[in-house]
Amino acid sequence: MQLRNKDILGIKDLDRDEIELILDTAESLKWVSNRDIKKVPTLRGKTIINLFFEASTRTRTSFEIAGKRMSADVINISASSSSAVKGETLIDTAKNLQAMSPDIIVVRHGSSGAPQIISGAVKASVINAGDGCHEHPSQSLLDLLTIRQVKGQIEGLRIAIIGDIKHSRVARSNIYALTKMGAQVVVAGFPTLLPPEIEKMGASIRKTLDEAIIDADVIMMLRIQKERMTGPYFPTEREYSMLFGLNAKRLKSAKSDVTIMHPGPVNRGVEISPEVADGPYSVILEQVANGVAIRMALLYLLSGRKHEESRKEARDENNN
Amino acid sequence: MTSIKRKILDADGVNRAITRISHEILEANKGIENLALVGIRTGGVDLARYLSKKIEEIEGSSIPIGIIDITLYRDDLSIATHHPIVGSTEIDFSIDDKNLVLVDDVLYTGRTVRAAMDALIDFGRPKAIMLAVLIDRGHRELPIKADFVGKNVPTSKNDVIKARLEGDLGVDIFISKDD
Amino acid sequence: MKTIISGGKVIDPSQDLDGLFDVAIEDGVIYDIFPTGKADLKADNVIDAKGLIVMPGIIDMHVHLRDPGYEYKEDIESGTLAAAAGGVTAVACMANTKPVNDNATVTEEILKKAKDKGHVKVYPIGAATMGLKGEELAEIGSMHAAGIVAVSDDGMPLKSSEMMRCVLEYSLTFDMPVISHAEDPDLSKNGSMNEGYLSTIMGLKGVPNAAEDVMVMRDITLSELTGAKLHIAHISTEGAVSLVREAKKRGVKVTAEAAPHHFTITESAVEGYKTDAKMNPPLRSEKDVTAIRKGLKDGTIDAIATDHAPHSSIEKDVEFECAANGILGLETMLPLTLKLVDEGVLSLTEAIRKLTINPAEIIGVQGGSLKKGMPADITIVDLNAEHTVDRNRMKSKSKNTPFHGWTFKGKTLYTLVNGEIVYKEEIDE
Repeated sequence: MQLRNKDILGIKDLDRDEIELILDTAESLKWVSNRDIKKVPTLRGKTIINLFFEASTRTRTSFEIAGKRMSADVINISASSSSAVKGETLIDTAKNLQAMSPDIIVVRHGSSGAPQIISGAVKASVINAGDGCHEHPSQSLLDLLTIRQVKGQIEGLRIAIIGDIKHSRVARSNIYALTKMGAQVVVAGFPTLLPPEIEKMGASIRKTLDEAIIDADVIMMLRIQKERMTGPYFPTEREYSMLFGLNAKRLKSAKSDVTIMHPGPVNRGVEISPEVADGPYSVILEQVANGVAIRMALLYLLSGRKHEESRKEARDENNN
Repeated sequence: MTSIKRKILDADGVNRAITRISHEILEANKGIENLALVGIRTGGVDLARYLSKKIEEIEGSSIPIGIIDITLYRDDLSIATHHPIVGSTEIDFSIDDKNLVLVDDVLYTGRTVRAAMDALIDFGRPKAIMLAVLIDRGHRELPIKADFVGKNVPTSKNDVIKARLEGDLGVDIFISKDD
Repeated sequence: MKTIISGGKVIDPSQDLDGLFDVAIEDGVIYDIFPTGKADLKADNVIDAKGLIVMPGIIDMHVHLRDPGYEYKEDIESGTLAAAAGGVTAVACMANTKPVNDNATVTEEILKKAKDKGHVKVYPIGAATMGLKGEELAEIGSMHAAGIVAVSDDGMPLKSSEMMRCVLEYSLTFDMPVISHAEDPDLSKNGSMNEGYLSTIMGLKGVPNAAEDVMVMRDITLSELTGAKLHIAHISTEGAVSLVREAKKRGVKVTAEAAPHHFTITESAVEGYKTDAKMNPPLRSEKDVTAIRKGLKDGTIDAIATDHAPHSSIEKDVEFECAANGILGLETMLPLTLKLVDEGVLSLTEAIRKLTINPAEIIGVQGGSLKKGMPADITIVDLNAEHTVDRNRMKSKSKNTPFHGWTFKGKTLYTLVNGEIVYKEEIDE
């Protein structure tokens, strides 16, 4: 069993058995982070480039730690804006990086599809570390790992995703991932924050927060992404919080063993109140810890694939 | 390529080997103080369990036993066609100052044992590491020698050795005809 | 100088001609048409058109030649060569050049360059407002005197309804159509593809059909108010097609064009973030494609025009959202139209009508007809020749086509402008 594609561009492209392979591998890698010597020699000699076009502390650090714990050389590149501004195309940027022979390029970009465009221009594996409003596969996988850890399994659970679905790559990846794993997904948010035909992805819509959380095993609160909002989607944060913010009082109507998740960073007091974010149902910090394991698993599994391709290439070259 | 099968050890043979190795381990370590077993996943896990059971029978008390997965320490990842599944490592005791016996079913090139030792050392600083195997089939590629051996079996490189350590115990050797 | 095109099947919808005829050309104009074999074959030049279709030259009333200002994408010479290779004998070029064609000087410069370097006829379209900004009227009268054939801010939506009304009224004086790029810029803001399920899963902001529909409705209403000629460019939605259909029934002076890509492919062409399928209006849904085909069939849509929009790699090899809108059109226009004929949407005659006489009438230019005395702008086509589109062998300077690798039946063998052969298919292999 191995991953089918060279890249991890989105959960959409992964099958359930691939998702399970990633989760199982991540589970097996957790111990590395829990001992004194937090390093294994597995990816010695591999080069990983973190190419971040968009600011990110958590995800970039998580990938960096993951790479370093497996002894890879990790290089961070912060590209400020879209390449076109510099008079260079995105494909030029990709080809220049490829010329330095990295094994894996981790791409975060504010524009949907940028990692896919880069992947078409390079031999290295590309991991999408979040692109625009499209997908954020590693975040979704760490969410799955966390849910599996807390609930034992994912199949049959009901997960409510609340908030700004329209601009959320986490929501898209999670709707794919959770439905592939046999969970039921409901979404709720202002109609202005729901993208067209979201039900076709396999999620059902609930009108209010209360309707969405009443029978939920897991509640995922999404971050209000002001930086992506270009229209008058809701009047004020106060009104948002009033209708779609999760607080202790609201939470009373949820199941007694409900789990609360948030991809972070949290807008405290807007989508989630501090007492809920820090409360007993919250697994926000477990999510972060699992992030490292998931990213180690992705780096491990993808670098395994690469050899096969380079060996094949070497063979082909020998044959010619 | 067809192959024929030859039995190297039957169930009695395996049991006798386990008993003998257990005694040898106890003798070499002068008892069970500071002694612990670590089975190398996957072939060494069951053998380590048998050994610990036998030692408990002899000594009347149990010793710590752990499992180590060496996937992340392998030296052939860069040439493997695809990465093997990572198994879990379960060592829930401190290995510092312990006399550790690494356990595997078959000793061959020595590379697995090298990886296991590197992995162990990342967990702490054992006082000593010893090696127990059921079968030593030769063809070492590294300067590694087992301290406790069930049976030495001369083999060809093309032979496949399978140790069954569940149910109907035994060790078979599959010899390829073309050889 | 006398040329005879002999033995071809001549189809000229302007005079309901469909049969085997010889076309005689003298001094650059159609001298006469005779039933095959009846012509006096003592010509200087005979083109054997046996087994071929002889039709009036195609008039593409919507292209971007990028000249002046963006010659690295296309210029008048390369753009008109691409036209000739596509069987197009005249193009009307949009005003979004640099500088914008919003004054007579630019119009004159375009026409001069077309005369010197052009392979086919070029009819400039003047900007409706200065700098396409929608704030001040452009000098439409001076440009008309210099030679523009229509008025349009194409590429930029004309947001102000009051300004649109004025442009329509002002154009009445010159009897020129106003070509509407119908798009509500607020509804389409930041959009880079059709709005729907696909935009949702691709995480891209979509452009709803409504962005086009509300403007088509507004412009039809304003055309009714002013009595001016309105032409809807690159119609892309089901709603817009029915609005035009109803308006025509009421007698509004509205015409419409559809681009080959809008009646051939759907939004799914952008999957994988293919910037070569990014355009404005965006590729729409299956339902819209069906509606456009129906509109072409029932006459709601009068013309086929390409919106030929060359872009270089600096505009296309970038993030999808940052990529420029537009695709090449001139060299794939005829095969894509013939595909419609093959699929039974249009008869060959109807298809040729929408490529020739209809656009000629909308922008009020000579051509699109093989009537006696008309300029000898002629396209000769082999309906059975198969060919595969290769972006690297296009005559255009740019390569942005989503049809790379498509195989078509039907190929231009000769293009004649004023009786001169401006393009002849090179026989390779």
